[in-house]
Amino acid sequence: MEHIELFFKSIFIDNMVFATFLGMCSYLAVSKKVSTAVGLGAAVIFVLAVTVPVNWLLDQYILQPGALGTWLGPEYADYDLSFLSFIMFIATIATMVQLVEIVVEKFSPSLYNSLGIFLPLIAVNCAILGGSLFMQSREIPTIGLAFNYGVASGIGWFLAILAIAAIREKIRYSNVPAPLRGLGITFIITGLMAIGFMSFGGMLTGGDDAGKKEETTTAQVETVETPTVTEVTEVAVEVEDTKELANNTNVNE
Amino acid sequence: MGLLSKKDAKLITDPLADNNPITIQVLGICSALAITAQLKASIVMALSVMAVLGIGNVVISLMRNIIPSKIRIIVQLVVVAALVIIVDQVLKAFSYELSKTLSVFVGLIITNCIIMGRFEAFALGNGPWKSFLDGVGNAAGYGLILIIVGFFRELLGSGTLLGFKVLGDSVKKTGLYAIGYENNGFMLLSPMALIVVGIIIWVQRSRNKALIED
Repeated sequence: MEHIELFFKSIFIDNMVFATFLGMCSYLAVSKKVSTAVGLGAAVIFVLAVTVPVNWLLDQYILQPGALGTWLGPEYADYDLSFLSFIMFIATIATMVQLVEIVVEKFSPSLYNSLGIFLPLIAVNCAILGGSLFMQSREIPTIGLAFNYGVASGIGWFLAILAIAAIREKIRYSNVPAPLRGLGITFIITGLMAIGFMSFGGMLTGGDDAGKKEETTTAQVETVETPTVTEVTEVAVEVEDTKELANNTNVNE
Repeated sequence: MGLLSKKDAKLITDPLADNNPITIQVLGICSALAITAQLKASIVMALSVMAVLGIGNVVISLMRNIIPSKIRIIVQLVVVAALVIIVDQVLKAFSYELSKTLSVFVGLIITNCIIMGRFEAFALGNGPWKSFLDGVGNAAGYGLILIIVGFFRELLGSGTLLGFKVLGDSVKKTGLYAIGYENNGFMLLSPMALIVVGIIIWVQRSRNKALIED
């Protein structure tokens, strides 16, 4: 059950592009045609599906505080290697992307040619590293859930880039003001799409058990909205409303 | 320590306007949008990127003649990752609440396209001093956009700047709130960052027609 919940939550509510803005550079650069967008999206799903579980294993057995103690021996239980997370994650990602490149070149040369430079650039796509970092900060408990999270985040990113590519193809026939053409209107459309995706925020807040579980398993990552509202304002009617709005979108994090 | 030569000064001023990394080069968007709900977070993020980009540019420029071409991406990633780990630890030590606000986005500086982009475009082909200036200039351009977005989002979203209540007290209804002004809570949510950057691009390209795409 929690698999299904994590799956839908990662695609719609914590969408990598619309909720946390990961992978925006390649999102903006590749979304001019639907065909390249589809290829890149598929590659991102594949790379996320591979790297998030591998990084989960690394995190679980090497990086977390006390993790070394579980398999090397109790004298190593004091070590906390979590400061090495960045380097280890990015190293596995770079390796996996190289592997994916070799596999794609062998099994589908046409896809390899159409992706061109963007396949190696996936290694530095914030979405991939972000997927692993969010997996770590949200303390996803099992490798099955980590794989689930990787695939679902990839699907969410894929949905986003597919939608914006389709819209950008159509918008070439519209009368966009000259200074907004191209990049500017894409930003504004993406903002509007993000507002649309916020409507999914209430999707998984049903039931007391579900609410309690959300608070214990996640909520390590505090998005900026909640600290701003609680730090800066006192309890008041308009503050409650804003907090409700922010909380409703973030209650599942 | 005289003044910078004209060409060197251009390395800093160009990215502030005509060659801005976010609005023109389209790099570094991810972190620009996600953490700008508070002005303080924007400033700290801008300074972190400036540190990483400035020092990283110098390191890569010093090593540029000995890095084999096949592994240069990996070398760049290792240099950036090491610098970001240092920045992250410094942030956690001196400003813990802020590092919690920035959460994973400090780590995401590693994949910030501006850094790899400037390494490839500049540091690999130029000397250390020029690379340092280029790094600082581009980070300043990035920081400028971050600060503008953070300024408007925090001002309109919670009526404060850097935590100081500049529009009056919304609870006690002093200042602007006395005549019925309300905070626009929506500005604190992520989509508005995208729209504010879109408007900045609109303004910039209206003033400089040469930047318009066709």
